[in-house]
Parts: sequence; C-alpha cells; structure tokens
Amino acid sequence: MQSKSLTISYLTDNSVEISLLGDWCLTCEVVTWQSFQVQFEQYPEPPEKIDFVSSDLESWDSKLLLFLVKLDAYAQSRHIPVNWDGLPDGAKGLLRLATEVPERSGARRRTRTRSLVYRLGTWAMDGVEELTGLATFLGEWLLSIGRFFTGRASFRWVDFNRFLQSAGAGALPIVGIISLLVGAVLGFVGAVQLQMFGAQIYVADLVGLGVVREMGAMMTAIIMAGRTGSAYAAQLGTMQVNEEIDALRTMGISPMDFLVLPRTLALILMLPLLCLWSDALGILGGLLVGVSILDIALLEYLQQTKAAISLADIATGLIKSLIFAVVVSLAGCLRGLQSGRNSAAVGNATTSAMVTAILLIVIWDALTTIIFNRLGI
Amino acid sequence: MAKGAQVEIGNRSGLAHIEVRGMTMAYGDFLIQKDLNFTINQGDIFIIMGGSGCGKSTLLRHLVGLHPPAAGEVLYQGSSFWQLAPNERNALMRRMGVLYQGGALWTAMTLAENIALPLEEYTSLTPAEVNELVSYKLSLVGLKGFEDYYPSEISGGMQKRAALARAMALDPETLFFDEPSAGLDPVSARLLDDLIIELRDSLGATIVVVTHELASIFAVGNNSVFLDAASKTMIAEGDPKRLLTETENPIVRKFLTRGEEGYP
Repeated sequence: MQSKSLTISYLTDNSVEISLLGDWCLTCEVVTWQSFQVQFEQYPEPPEKIDFVSSDLESWDSKLLLFLVKLDAYAQSRHIPVNWDGLPDGAKGLLRLATEVPERSGARRRTRTRSLVYRLGTWAMDGVEELTGLATFLGEWLLSIGRFFTGRASFRWVDFNRFLQSAGAGALPIVGIISLLVGAVLGFVGAVQLQMFGAQIYVADLVGLGVVREMGAMMTAIIMAGRTGSAYAAQLGTMQVNEEIDALRTMGISPMDFLVLPRTLALILMLPLLCLWSDALGILGGLLVGVSILDIALLEYLQQTKAAISLADIATGLIKSLIFAVVVSLAGCLRGLQSGRNSAAVGNATTSAMVTAILLIVIWDALTTIIFNRLGI
Repeated sequence: MAKGAQVEIGNRSGLAHIEVRGMTMAYGDFLIQKDLNFTINQGDIFIIMGGSGCGKSTLLRHLVGLHPPAAGEVLYQGSSFWQLAPNERNALMRRMGVLYQGGALWTAMTLAENIALPLEEYTSLTPAEVNELVSYKLSLVGLKGFEDYYPSEISGGMQKRAALARAMALDPETLFFDEPSAGLDPVSARLLDDLIIELRDSLGATIVVVTHELASIFAVGNNSVFLDAASKTMIAEGDPKRLLTETENPIVRKFLTRGEEGYP
C-alpha cells in the first residue's frame, strides 16, 4: 500500500478488521479505492463481517466519508454485514445521513441522442412557435395601442415620462458623438476620392445625403438598440424572474399596457427626434473636415449642403427611423417578456433583443432604400 | 478544514469561536444596531433573533465578512477579521459556509456545478473525486440523483437543501443560516432543524442561525442574542430556553411567548 491510511487484518473468526490511520483529509494522500479493493479481495472467501478500529485516526473530513459510502455500497452488493461501531461518532452520523434517503427512482437524467429527423422536426416546430409568438405579440401590442387611444389602457404617465427622458435627452451625448465622428469619417473618405477630380465641394453633397437619408437613421437605431432596447429586455426579463409580471397579471393589469406600451411609445416618439439631431451633427462632422482639410469656405459648404438636401430626403430618414423605433422597442420588450426565470435567461433575452433588432434594422433599411429608389423619392 | 479535534467534539466546545466586541452596524448614516457584544462558542448553535427589520440578516452579513462594521470588531479565534490581510481574510471566509435566505444557488448552473465550483476553485481534487464528493454532499441533504437539475426545476425546499449542500462543500468550521425555515412547510422545517443539529454533532461545526421561528429557536438553539429594533441594540443573550423562563425584559418575553405575555 502506498500510504499508511489503513490496514486490513483477517481475524480467525472469518471477519475483517479495518484500522483507519493518520489523516483522512481532502488534501491528504490516502489509499485509493482500487488498491483497497485489490487488497481486500486477496482473501479467497468473502469475510462474514467487517469491523472498524479508529483509535489511530488523527483527523478526518469528507474524504473518509467518501470511502465509507463506497465501502457501504460495496459491502451491500456482496452481502457482507458491516459493523460501523468502531468509527468516530460524527462519521457514523454523517454516514447515516448520507445513506438515509435512498435515491429517488427516475430522478437521474439520461442523455438521449435524437435522430436527425427528430431534431429537424423540433427545430421547425420551434420556428413556428417563434413566429406565432411574434404574431401574437404584435397583435396584442396593436390592441393595446387601440386601448391607449380610447383611454382604456392602464398606463402610468410617470413611467412614460421617465422613459421619454432616458430614451431621449439621456441619449443625446452618445448619439451626438458617434454621429459627429461618422460624419467626419464619411467626409474624409469622400474627400480623398473627390479631390482627385478637383470636385471636393461635392463632399458636402456626399455627407449631407449620406447622413440624412441613410446613416443618421441607421446609426441612431443601432445605438438605441444597444442602449435602450437591450435595457428594456433586461428590465422585463428581471421582472419575469422576480414574478413581478405574474403579479401584474393576477391583478388584472395587462403587462402589455403597463410595461410595453410606455416603453415603445417613448422610443417611437424620441427616435425620430434623435435622428434629426444625428443628421445635424453628422453634417457638422463633414463640415469640420471640409473646412479644415479641403479649404472649402464655411458658407460655401453650407450652401452646397442646403442645395443638395431636399425636404423629401429628410422625410425619408425620418420614416426609416420611425420604423426602426418600432423594431427596436418591440424586439426589446418581446425578448424581455419571453425571458426564462433565471439569470442566464435574462442575459440571453438581452443578447437576443440586440441581435433581433439589428438584424431587422438592416433588413428594413435595405428594403426601404430599394422601395424609395423605385418610387423615385 | 477541521483537524483532529473533529474526532472528539467535546474537547472543542466552550472555546470562543467568534467574538463580537462593541460593534456598530450602519449603512452610511443610517444606524442599524449599536453596542453589540457577544461570544459564539465552538460547537454552539447560536440563534440571532428579533422582530422583523431589527437587523438580524445585517448582523449575519457582518459576521460572514460581507460588510465591515461601522465601529468595533469581529474576532475569529482571536484575530480581528478586518485587520487581516486580504488573502488571510479569503482563507478565513473559505472556512465558513453560508446558506442564504433564498438559497442563492447560481441559477445558470446545475446543482452539481453549484457544489463543484468551490471544490474546483479551492482544492486540487481530480474531476472524478469532485463528482464523488458532489454526490456525497447531495446525499447528505437527501438529494442524491438530482445532480443534473437546474435550481429552477426543483421545489423551494429542495433548493434550500441543495444550497446547504453547497454551503458544506468545503467542510466549513462555521455554518451560517439565514432564515432556514422561511418558505418551508412545517414538516420540512422540522427536518431541516434536525439536520442542523445532526450536522453540528457530526461535523463538529459551529452553527449560527438567523430566525424568528420560535419552534426552531427552542428546538436547535443553545445560545442566542436578541436584537431590538426600537432601542437599536441587543437586549438579551443566552440559551433561549432559559431566556423564556428567566428573562424579565418585557420585549423579549413578548417575542418568546408569541405576544401572549409581556409588554404591553
């Protein structure tokens, strides 16, 4: 045996005495179960009884209990009676606790591998469920808006004002900084190309149109998806975990009216305004590049921008941003309400809200750009 | 890990295990309790009792080292917790197990992973040994076979027992229980009380219980401190069964008799 943690003695009355020695702690080296078993089975006949001596046992913890639990199962399988009396009282108590409650039958999980067809079917059914969930949510939301305009929704204006502030004024700095920098980058990239033809004045057109028609709405929507949409998902997901949403339902208050409506309306009102702010700062970014690097006169740049952008262009951006607002806020609320009841599920809901929102933003943007192009707007 | 003395628990009991000296607890300027002085001996089942909102759980959080006291100190076997170096403090905290009020199992992990985490972090056991130990700890609380369940898939009482298995993962010297019987049916609560006594006797651990369940207090406690919300300090200490017969304090009497005797 490699360490002196126990000795096995075969007594004349056909019983076995196991003496426990030294330290039996989790960090100590003690005899392994395998080598114990080998030693134990050297004796040709199974013994009639196992006894314990623990007078030389110095310290013990769960390590000893692990050994005893195994020995108990082993002895039972070989029908050898064990007399535990020689063990320390504490160890006897713990062993009794550990073996007292039998394993509940059927509790243990079996991992089953499913066939490809089964998995494909599950995947398709999940997809259908997802779409049904989405459609139901949209329908309920529209009904809720109907109730709101007829004054029958349980709607807290205090909440609404708070959401207005956080989705509006609270977002001005981050939207401003990013739009300014994107405008400047756009101007710089355009300038390098246009300078080759001596057409640097058209940087104003490029930045103006690019920002007002496309970048303003899209940048704002993506920032708000990360900033506000994911926050909505996390808030509602946490409320789901805390059973707060169940509490609302049992009081007959629709979570749709009470939680989703103020959030979505706030974002739908604020996102177009933020889009205008983003347009203005994007143009300013381009202007800074144009004036400082390309030596275009300030007024000339402004004139050129004014001539390039029509009201229809601005309206195009605003319409897009309105659709994006619906997408971002609904994705956040939907994923939050669908969240499971644990911390990992809230994280998944937030991620999923972001991914859904950004994916839909890009798809919608592509679609609207094509549609507006065909319509000649 | 408890050494040698575990074999003979009798030798250890009676020694001061945790001492609280002149402690004041406060959140910022908001005073919770002041002038707390008491001693928890080795092998005690020590009850922290008092009415709702008197700061019982806050005291527990101070004892396990989650909050520094606003004044005074907490001594563990003679050394002051907050004067230890951070690594010594961590080592000390590993010798404590805490059962939080709601269980506080990590919901994104299975029961086995919950219990295995401290073992993997702080011991050099092989994965196979960790698994064996996890099964053993679960069997101690009657949850053998539930290794692969997530906390959300089992009942509240089972969650609490699983959390107890996690608290015991590292064979702690001291076990803290925050409202162990809250949310349990009377039979489960009684079984948990029996388990607490059994664990004290078998593990030789010192146990600190925050509770206001009278049945539990008299069933398990052999020492206690009573916190009063109005005067913001402790107004009684000692064996709860003795307090019931001997105390003159009307507030304590009222509490221990469920309002049938005492003030007003």
